[in-house]
Amino acid sequence: MSAKTITAAAEPVQFYDLDEHAHPEGHSTMLGFWIYLMSDCLIFAILFACFAVLGGSYAAGPSPKDLFDLPLVALNTAMLLFSSITYGFAVLQMQQGKVKGTQLWLAITGLFGLAFLGIELYEFHHLIEIGATPQRSAFLSSFFTLVGTHGLHVTFGIIWLVVLMVQLGKHGLIAANKRRVMCLSMFWHFLDVVWIGVFTIVYLMGVLR
Amino acid sequence: MSADPAHKVSGAHDAHNEIEMPHASMRDYVIGFVLSVILTAIPFWLVMERPFSAGATAAIIMVFAAVQIVVHMVFFLHMTPKAEGGWSLTSLVFTVIVVVIMLAGSLWVMHHLNTNMMPPMHDTSQLP
Repeated sequence: MSAKTITAAAEPVQFYDLDEHAHPEGHSTMLGFWIYLMSDCLIFAILFACFAVLGGSYAAGPSPKDLFDLPLVALNTAMLLFSSITYGFAVLQMQQGKVKGTQLWLAITGLFGLAFLGIELYEFHHLIEIGATPQRSAFLSSFFTLVGTHGLHVTFGIIWLVVLMVQLGKHGLIAANKRRVMCLSMFWHFLDVVWIGVFTIVYLMGVLR
Repeated sequence: MSADPAHKVSGAHDAHNEIEMPHASMRDYVIGFVLSVILTAIPFWLVMERPFSAGATAAIIMVFAAVQIVVHMVFFLHMTPKAEGGWSLTSLVFTVIVVVIMLAGSLWVMHHLNTNMMPPMHDTSQLP
């Protein structure tokens, strides 16, 4: 007991750490990516604010009631929701260490993503064909900017998905690839969260207006 | 050679990499998916069939959207107060505060501009 006290007194007490800790590669990637998503959230918030302010300025042009086809939007929403749960299945396969299963579910997620984009492009094409172009009114400008930015995010998400499947095929489920799967998982689910805002505020509230 | 400190560090490496991932379970994804389907289907049905007035429907679908966002955060994005030592939640709360100030402020200011500074015009929504 007394020997212990003596050694403790002999060594100067250090309140700071001179040794550098081992920081494993990518230990802060998930938090960094989350902060990127939060900044992306601000971009969407600005576009939502724009739409909320300008969404009623039709310039005597078509209103949401004339333009939006709710069953089509519901189908689009279903595509994105399905892609969210199939991405979840990819993560579960990854946790079990199955490369092929992960790739398969990522591929299915990509197909749902493509279906979503296809429906959205069909809708945009239809709107532009009947003259409801972004130039027509402030409502349509803000509509195309908001929904188009979301669609662009989904496009880049699909490109990332394809690259990730190639990386998984080449290197398997190494730590770096697992991290990438989790980052894209956050990105993909985040896009679904933004879409909740889009279908509620743009489509449903627009038709109600 | 096995007592080499470098080996110990790389061993700690792997252990660290394994624990940093949020753990996902089938149960979470299925609960999240079922809740999302319900929380999406009801607003669409309310707007398509219109059992309530426009004001009440708007209030209900906004609440459903808010609840669905929380469901996605918890069951798909695995948000917990303890994730990343609390920093995920901290940055989320900060973002939500900024977003609320910006959205509410924009709507408030622009609404007053529209009502107080616009010359009286014909009601455009009545035009064909």
